[in-house]
Amino acid sequence: MSIKEIENEIVEEFEIFGDDWEGKYEHLIDLGKNLGTLKEEYKIENNIIQGCQSRVWLHSEKKDNNIIFSAESEAIITKGMVALMIRVLSGHTAKEIIETKLEFIDKIGLKEHLSPTRANGLVSMINRMKMDAITLSK
Amino acid sequence: MLVKELKHIELNTEAIRKDFPILNRKINGMPLIYFDNGATSQKPQQVIDAVSNYYSNTNSNIHRGVHTLSREATEAFENARKVIAKHFNVKSDQQIIFTAGTTDSLNMVCNGLARSVLKQGDEIILSSYEHHSNILPWQLWAQENKGQLKVIPLNADQSLDLNAIENLISEKTKIISIAHVSNTLGLITDLDKIKIIAKKHNLILVVDAAQSAPHMAVDLEKLDVDFYVCSAHKIYGPTGTGILYMSEKWLSKLPVTKPGGGTIKTVSFEKTEYADGALRFEPGTPNISGVIGFAAAINYMDQFGMDAIYKHELELVNYAQSKLAEIPQVMLYGKSNDKAAVISFNVKNTHPFDVGTLLDKYGIAVRTGHHCTQPLMNLLCVPGTIRISFAIYNTKTEIDFFIEKLKKVIDMLK
Repeated sequence: MSIKEIENEIVEEFEIFGDDWEGKYEHLIDLGKNLGTLKEEYKIENNIIQGCQSRVWLHSEKKDNNIIFSAESEAIITKGMVALMIRVLSGHTAKEIIETKLEFIDKIGLKEHLSPTRANGLVSMINRMKMDAITLSK
Repeated sequence: MLVKELKHIELNTEAIRKDFPILNRKINGMPLIYFDNGATSQKPQQVIDAVSNYYSNTNSNIHRGVHTLSREATEAFENARKVIAKHFNVKSDQQIIFTAGTTDSLNMVCNGLARSVLKQGDEIILSSYEHHSNILPWQLWAQENKGQLKVIPLNADQSLDLNAIENLISEKTKIISIAHVSNTLGLITDLDKIKIIAKKHNLILVVDAAQSAPHMAVDLEKLDVDFYVCSAHKIYGPTGTGILYMSEKWLSKLPVTKPGGGTIKTVSFEKTEYADGALRFEPGTPNISGVIGFAAAINYMDQFGMDAIYKHELELVNYAQSKLAEIPQVMLYGKSNDKAAVISFNVKNTHPFDVGTLLDKYGIAVRTGHHCTQPLMNLLCVPGTIRISFAIYNTKTEIDFFIEKLKKVIDMLK
């Protein structure tokens, strides 16, 4: 599936909640719980994404021509967001990753996570994923 | 201060709430419950009007103008100094210096003492629960001057182990700089005890009152410390202003570290004679509207009296603490039944960020994270806490709603 197709799939998945934010967040929490843990060897200082109130580790590697992401966070909501980002971006080429606008975040009503408050690291996470993609594609 | 001594004073919270327009706001469709007063308090209409009226009717630069507006603005600005001096019972209003806030004041004290008192290798005593703002200026000085920071440890209940201070003092110790109230825990530092130690060893005592000035009566004449600093915005006033109080002897002794327009008597290229009194430390055009709003905030609080405010908030703290203690997953820090209006806690096996994010969805504003006290977080072995902090307009009904939603949030995160 292309990034756009995965984004659309997530939008559909969240549509059933409508204005029910509790349902939406419960789903996000479930996604976080199901993400699993990152290998201990990847939980290193270099992999920590700056700017998150909870620690988030992101490991990026290149397989064939695609970039593969794995990540973990101490906070479960952040982990849910991480899970969504991995689902959308992991396994695609650097070019695809860099070019995507990630419009699904707004569409599923989680735009508040893109605010520039220091507590919130989603923007840093996205930037880091794109940066890693650029670095690995060189 | 004990609540039973203050039984006779009662606040009319319902009427008070009407003074704060922001309390009408809905957050995510829910009425705002603002429990982040430790970060900044909301502003009553009286303060908003004072700032707005100043810009609508009086705006002009102060101290030098010959025209009517400048005279009126100067009078309003200097009147604010008098109002604030009276509130803190300061002998001369010149001992109240307007700054950009607590952080600015602490930097000014540190830089002034660095140029006068401190010598290479000297030592400064801080507490374990200091805000970064009361660590960093001293640390910077220490790093550049082979100095050392000595830290007052915590007791098991997270209060300060004051008995340990004597052991930290050496002939190189010059200063104790300490929070009057911990911004993370709400615990009140026993300044009387610390003052005795400071006097005995001839140490300069600097008090960071950012978190005490909003909640309790402070008599600076009686308190008799060298420096006392706080911000207006945590005391119902505007952001970007605060005070640096200094005892009389420092007013002429502390070197000017921020020279500029307004601080002088005469200037030539060879030599400058600085002004006497507060103006010596107030370079450039000050935050005139902020200072006028600050005085309006002080007047607002003084109509109720700080004892009534303290009693109201202490009741809220004790009520919230007891309700939180009933939730098995909640871990409270710095528990005490006589503290300022701040409570820190965590929920077992959850990250503070998750709890704070979900509470916000219910319209409840709390603070999560390290609260600019990372050394304290390290001592508590936590990445952060959830902090709720109260003000004059908060109610037990709000606490009940918060507790109900906190339980729901804990359930969601299970």
